[in-house]
Amino acid sequence: MSTIVLEGVSKRFGDHLATDGVDLVIPDGQFTVFVGPSGCGKTTLLRLIAGLEDIDEGRLLIDGVDMARTPPSARGLAMVFQSYALYPHMSVRGNLGFALKVAGVGKAEIAERVENVARLLDLERLLERRPAALSGGQRQRIAIGRALVREPKAFLFDEPLSNLDAALRAQMRFEIRRLQQDLGITAIYVTHDQAEAMTMADRIVVFRDGRIEQVGTPLEIYRRPANRFVAGFIGSPRMNFLEGAHAEPFGAAAIGIRPEDLVLRAEGGWAATVETVEHLGAEALVHVRLADGLRLVARCPADFAEAPGTGVVFGVAPAAVQRFDAGGLAL
Amino acid sequence: MRSSRKSSVLFTLAAWCAALLVAFPLLWALLASFKTELEAVAVPPSLVWFDWTLENYRAVLSGSDYGAALRNSVLIAGGSSALALGLAIPAAWAMAFAPTARTRGTLLWMLSTKMLPPVGALIPIFLFYRDTGLLDTHLGVILLLAAGNLPIAAWMLYANFREVPAEILEAARMDGASLWQEVAVVLAPMALPGLASTFFLVFTLAWNESFWSLNVTSTDAAPLTAFIAAWSSPQGLFWARLSAASMLAIAPVLVIGWFCQRQLVRGLTFGAVK
Amino acid sequence: MSAPRRSRAYLAMRGRLLVAPAVILLLAASLFPLFSTLRYSVIDYRLLASGPHRFVALANYGRLFAAPGFLPALWNTLGLIGMVLAISIGAGLGLALLLERAVIGRGLLRLLVISPFFVMPPVAALLWKNLLMQPVSGLFGWLSALLGAAPLDWFAAAPLTAIALIAAWQWTPFACLILLTSLQSFDREQREAAELDGAGAFAVFRWLVLPHLARPIAIVVMMETIFLLSLFAEIFVTTGGGQASSNLAFLVYSQVMFQYDIGAASAAGIVAVLFANLVAFFLVRAVGRSLDA
Repeated sequence: MSTIVLEGVSKRFGDHLATDGVDLVIPDGQFTVFVGPSGCGKTTLLRLIAGLEDIDEGRLLIDGVDMARTPPSARGLAMVFQSYALYPHMSVRGNLGFALKVAGVGKAEIAERVENVARLLDLERLLERRPAALSGGQRQRIAIGRALVREPKAFLFDEPLSNLDAALRAQMRFEIRRLQQDLGITAIYVTHDQAEAMTMADRIVVFRDGRIEQVGTPLEIYRRPANRFVAGFIGSPRMNFLEGAHAEPFGAAAIGIRPEDLVLRAEGGWAATVETVEHLGAEALVHVRLADGLRLVARCPADFAEAPGTGVVFGVAPAAVQRFDAGGLAL
Repeated sequence: MRSSRKSSVLFTLAAWCAALLVAFPLLWALLASFKTELEAVAVPPSLVWFDWTLENYRAVLSGSDYGAALRNSVLIAGGSSALALGLAIPAAWAMAFAPTARTRGTLLWMLSTKMLPPVGALIPIFLFYRDTGLLDTHLGVILLLAAGNLPIAAWMLYANFREVPAEILEAARMDGASLWQEVAVVLAPMALPGLASTFFLVFTLAWNESFWSLNVTSTDAAPLTAFIAAWSSPQGLFWARLSAASMLAIAPVLVIGWFCQRQLVRGLTFGAVK
Repeated sequence: MSAPRRSRAYLAMRGRLLVAPAVILLLAASLFPLFSTLRYSVIDYRLLASGPHRFVALANYGRLFAAPGFLPALWNTLGLIGMVLAISIGAGLGLALLLERAVIGRGLLRLLVISPFFVMPPVAALLWKNLLMQPVSGLFGWLSALLGAAPLDWFAAAPLTAIALIAAWQWTPFACLILLTSLQSFDREQREAAELDGAGAFAVFRWLVLPHLARPIAIVVMMETIFLLSLFAEIFVTTGGGQASSNLAFLVYSQVMFQYDIGAASAAGIVAVLFANLVAFFLVRAVGRSLDA
């Protein structure tokens, strides 16, 4: 169990500043998710923590020890790669046991720990096979098993589910989270999928352009986004943003309203025309257009029956409105 | 192109005719190697109905010259390939896995040395070897052939190493492997096919090399290229024996070459043609 | 997908050390001798003459250009390269087109076609000179007699052409392999789209396939030129020189071996190198572009 601390960490690739003075504490035993759009620096930060890249400025401390001179092999961290990175010329058993072999662990103990992990991840039947002969989901589990078997100080996940199909992804999300909770090991998980972040994290760190936009629990970030970027990035469908005349009554330069907070009213709100309705079965997503051309999305009950072209009125509870100043910060 | 049965068959037939035409000189020489000298120069030439004999092969194999030349070819081709690879492997590893801003320039510079016609270096090398006693020695030829093939070896190994997914090596690093373990236990097995074919390609090029092997050797270190070249002004009838000697000289590398076709294209065009 | 390679500080130093030995050997075997040749080309250095070697600037070059064998050697070099390129690329293209469509025994076909490339030049030259081209007992002679023509004494009447033929035989497989590889990478769907657009076989070849082959053909031209500039063994074992069949490489060799004129020979070597540099410049550019790809 260990605490990972980043102080003013910066990393440059040529002219490009990938991470910009990042300060962050990764709490012990928690599932921390790094989320953000492509190129925001989340993967770079993960690789800096792992030691696969060198920090240009700032410090990285693991359990109070500065990692500047410590190579990746000595940091006690385990990483699950996006492409799984399994050793193609070794069997599954060989893949799982490699790190232990390198560390000089005895054959008997290696066998025992490998069997345990294989049982945990339902890989027992596959131990003698080669990775090339296995499916994506199986390889993914082996990659996780390889990390597990080392009993590391922390797990690092680099978008491990992006190569799986949707159904498998949902299942693996659940399994990874359950595993981490059972074992209580610190985990840092990088993803660009905000849904993954919301469902898996104890804490979310939202990144943009190499800087941290906000740190908090999923609910905190969802309900009280620190700025417009976070508000628009987290939550699907995206938050509705209104500016100018619409925002003035609320005393802000811009306001944001989540689709589920837009409520159908008989009158006394925004008048809009229905454009398209997406019936999802449990609810309906209604796309409307205001008189001035602005488009909104609203979550409505499943029995929404208005046809496209009909006029409707939407209102919102004042408490549910997110207010932003001219610079995009939350008020 | 919708290939009708008929056009496919026609193309196949034409291809076979063309291929046999191309390989014909070799096939003809192969036949000649089993003829007697009189048969070999007989006109009209006989195709299959003649007295097949192994006499030519026996004569070549029992002569002392062939054995020495064979030994020299093996030593020179093997030695220069080992040296070329020994220098190219670390260089290619460094360029592939620890590249710097200079790496691309270094690689291109290496390739450019291959563009220099050896004739531009002939005189100084010849004089230098004469003065230092390296003339007609194995070492002398090995050094030159190794330098000649080094760019090709470095390039092919570089391309091979780059095809190893970086993440697998990073995984090994995360798993605690030291640099040595990373290279020997993870990289080497994955790069082995590329290493082997690079060695064989370089060996083939060294075996067939006919500039330095003819100019800086005379008796002690003369390989098969020189042995065959000596037949350019022989006495009496010699075609059958020449054919047999030729078959023996080219056989090893012909076999290797057949297996290394793809590497050949990549190696000799430095990857410019995919 | 693999992550892009990035340098790491603690490997950079080691990297330089690892590359050094290779670079040193190349410098020693290629560049230093080149500078020596340059130096020799501007001094008076004859093996049979004693005394210090005086600096004579471009006098060697003057003597070289005026020598009766030089201009023929230069033309022969160019002629040789031209003939070999034309034959090897033409035949190579034809073979590649055939091999691409052949359906039976493709493996064996390829083996047969690439064989000449792996034959060492002395063997190739002697087999062609004796078994095939010899006017009395050679196969070509017998074939021409069959057809009612007089047998051609290749090495007496057209030695350069004979040598070009031998070299072309060895290089055709190379051209064929490269063009075949490129043909096989040609997008099937492009061809099908063109067919739907109404293009016949010849139109597809002319407007789609040939442009696609332009780059590999350029590569073949450059690669073969580089190697053909130093064509040596074939001349050595067939004609042994002579104005009609010497090229620049052989001229250098004979100046050293028979006339012991290091100065003039070095000048010839430099001329050969300059010509090669021109071609190499374009090749390295093409390769550099593929490095980025």
